[in-house]
Amino acid sequence: MESVVGLLQLIINGAATGCIYGLIALGFVLIYKATEMVNFAQGEIMMLGGFAAYTFVGIFGMNYWVGSGLAVLATAAFGYLLDAVVLRRVIGQPQFAVVMLTLGLAFIFRAGAGIAWGYDSVAFVTPFTNSIVRFGDTLVLGADNLSIIFGTLVLCGVLYLFFSRTRLGIAMQASSQNQLAAYYMGIPVRRVFSLIWAISAGVAAVAAILLVPVQMVDVNSGIVGFKAFAAAVLGGFGSIPGALVGGVVVGVVEQLAGFYLPTGFQEVTSNIVLLAVLILRPQGLFGQVIRKRV
Amino acid sequence: MSIFVADEIAMNFGGIRAVEGVSFAVEPGEVFSIIGPNGAGKTTIFNMISRIYTPSAGRMMFDGADITNVPPHTIASLGIARTFQNIELFANASLLQNLLIGRHCHSKVGLLAQLGFTAAVRDAEIAHREKAEEVIEFLGVQRYRDQMIANLPYGVRKVVELGRALCIEPRLLLLDEPSSGLNVEETEEMGHWIGDIRRDLGVTIIMVEHDMKLVHMVSDRVMALASGRILALGTSSEVQNDPEVIRAYIGGAPA
Amino acid sequence: MIAPFKVSYRQDLLLAKTPAAKASYAVLLVALAVIPLVMGEFYVGELGGLFIFAIAGVGLMLLTGYTGLVSLGHAAFLGIGAYAHAIMLAQGLPFLISLPLAGVITAAFGVAIGVPTLRMSGLYLAISTLAFGSIIGTVLQKWDALTGGFDGFPVRTPTILGWKIQGAIGTYYTSLIVLVLVIWLALNILRAPLGRAMVAIRDSEISAQSMGINLAVTKSIAFGVSAGITGLAGGLYAHYVRHLAPDSFDILLSIQLVTIVFIGGLGSIHGAIFGAVFMRLLPQAIAMVRDDLPFGLGRTPGLEPSLFGLILVLVIMFEPGGINGRWMKLKHWCKSFPLHRRAASRRQKSYAKSERLR
Repeated sequence: MESVVGLLQLIINGAATGCIYGLIALGFVLIYKATEMVNFAQGEIMMLGGFAAYTFVGIFGMNYWVGSGLAVLATAAFGYLLDAVVLRRVIGQPQFAVVMLTLGLAFIFRAGAGIAWGYDSVAFVTPFTNSIVRFGDTLVLGADNLSIIFGTLVLCGVLYLFFSRTRLGIAMQASSQNQLAAYYMGIPVRRVFSLIWAISAGVAAVAAILLVPVQMVDVNSGIVGFKAFAAAVLGGFGSIPGALVGGVVVGVVEQLAGFYLPTGFQEVTSNIVLLAVLILRPQGLFGQVIRKRV
Repeated sequence: MSIFVADEIAMNFGGIRAVEGVSFAVEPGEVFSIIGPNGAGKTTIFNMISRIYTPSAGRMMFDGADITNVPPHTIASLGIARTFQNIELFANASLLQNLLIGRHCHSKVGLLAQLGFTAAVRDAEIAHREKAEEVIEFLGVQRYRDQMIANLPYGVRKVVELGRALCIEPRLLLLDEPSSGLNVEETEEMGHWIGDIRRDLGVTIIMVEHDMKLVHMVSDRVMALASGRILALGTSSEVQNDPEVIRAYIGGAPA
Repeated sequence: MIAPFKVSYRQDLLLAKTPAAKASYAVLLVALAVIPLVMGEFYVGELGGLFIFAIAGVGLMLLTGYTGLVSLGHAAFLGIGAYAHAIMLAQGLPFLISLPLAGVITAAFGVAIGVPTLRMSGLYLAISTLAFGSIIGTVLQKWDALTGGFDGFPVRTPTILGWKIQGAIGTYYTSLIVLVLVIWLALNILRAPLGRAMVAIRDSEISAQSMGINLAVTKSIAFGVSAGITGLAGGLYAHYVRHLAPDSFDILLSIQLVTIVFIGGLGSIHGAIFGAVFMRLLPQAIAMVRDDLPFGLGRTPGLEPSLFGLILVLVIMFEPGGINGRWMKLKHWCKSFPLHRRAASRRQKSYAKSERLR
């Protein structure tokens, strides 16, 4: 009985971390589907979102919900500007030029955050910090992890409604599938793309805020972006539900590896999962194979 | 004996039947054209012959040997060359380099010899260069020799792609819409080259083409396809006057 | 503008195509050979490091600039080469056997990572090499018995024919010789069928295949050669740092290597060298002005990487040809002066092009 509870706790913790991976992966996938760019700075945007929330809640002393909302909006605006000012200019260059470009941006963001907020880890008090939830007599779970899972589910619901019900959401889907056709239908494709960058930056900020009770924010928080690649690849890099499921799988496997395998394995788990998927099933679990027509 | 035989070849993509049970034989030295409306399966047949696709059913023979399952990179050394509908040249290399890549299937030097660039490699390179220069002269593109493909006009690129295929020294040449994107004079010129290639180099040609004037000008036989099936096969006038073909192109009640 | 007059096909296969080019390379070589006699030890050491990065840059250029395969894990190959060489030296193998062998071992690793990634292109390849690099980094850290774990181990000073390779000068000359050798190898590849096959794969896989190029074999060879050359650089790097530790072969180093190739200019060996020069000079330049910067900017730990990031971003946005592209334009401008037309160096408008299907 003890071990079953232990296992369950392990899985829930893993799923919570996995949700964070999934949310970042979601950001990759949204941008990739629309513009075929891969944003290697997604983790760093999340880090900036965390610092923004810290500024509003921790420094200015705002209410948690208000401050978090503002941080998400600020990060989204940042994402919009990033596309409008920088990335729009490199359309048409090879894909790996964009990879390098976003890697360069990641360095700049890291240094910028260091200059603005310093190199120490920071955190602020959230309603979920250090509280626990009991299920029955034996199962005790941290409210922090549960809030991550719950928050992710809510966010996904909102995004789903946005993409399927609103005009803008449908315009985004249309632009992702066929830029030219969408353009001829009168959709302002470039602005829509910038909005997609805004959404994915906003999602990253939400991930950062959900993560605060579990892990402090510092300039190197963006490293999780690399783990989120495993999630996105596992999900087929074009599928939004795939990214989330991939994130949870990676998170859980990583927890289990950390518990059952010798030290050192946990940090490479996501990479091994990633390589295994790419070698065995390059299209991911949910992807499909498409070939060039000549 | 026929140089190329397709025996009941078929190709399915998921549930869609792009080509279903097509058979034809191409005689040595002839120009064999495939016509048909968009989506008839013309390019799919080319992709099967050049082994980019593997037929779902049927067999293909080239020069008496079964090529249904050979790996795609061996097709060139068997003597089959092709061009592409939308030009697939190596855009960031010079015209000369593009032609030399066409010589790749004839290069037999080992990896270590290449690393050291031995005299044998150098002599082989000079021989390839001579061959490539012959093709440059044949097509009259000397003045573009060292230019990057990306900087050449569309019409010239089309000719270069033909030249690259000729560098393979093929016995069978597959031309996928040689006139697409060309103006009237360029199309006419293309027609003359196709004639020259057949007459002077003795190359058998299978051509997918929409421009009926060009088809009429160069073809010995024409095969009309629609929805993955053969509608008619014969001389160009026979096929053009075939009631089925007219119906497929112009529309009307099915027979 | 005067084009060299060509009289034979053989002339096009020469490494230096004009007497002027031949002379300038000769002058450069002589100058590099006498530098240690006139310059201080510090500068000689830094130049040695520059040569090592140039070697790795040439290796990565073959893969990324010519075959179009991006690797974000080349630090791993540098690491494998460094450890393999240092461990073999410690076992008592002579330098002249150990260094080439380290290259061969690294090449084998390159093929091993190349083969499973053959079906991937672009993005997936970048991500999987990133993962590979980080796995190797962890292995170097955790495999105590072989690598000395986190603390690493000092690199033994070897001798070649009785001459000790030690200090800045020893590393300088060995690295220079290896660099010249590697450039010669790379140029040989590029003027031979293999080099053309690589370029063909970069520009269009599907038609490369129809030209009789075996994609799997050519890509594996490209990976192997690139990794092998980077492994040689790794072996020399071991002497440069003198004490091997796993944390020097991290993602940051991989990204520095790719940056060399990008800033230098893709698809040119000159570019790899220019990139390495830039990469090694920037920290020196920063060190010189560090104290004069306002707002305490000079004391910011992230100054150097962020400057690299910024320059990378600017190069990709405004000069995709890199330093080499700028250099070519400058040369062209000088030759055609005063008849230069602005349009000659204007970039063509480019449009979004799908790379999902290749």
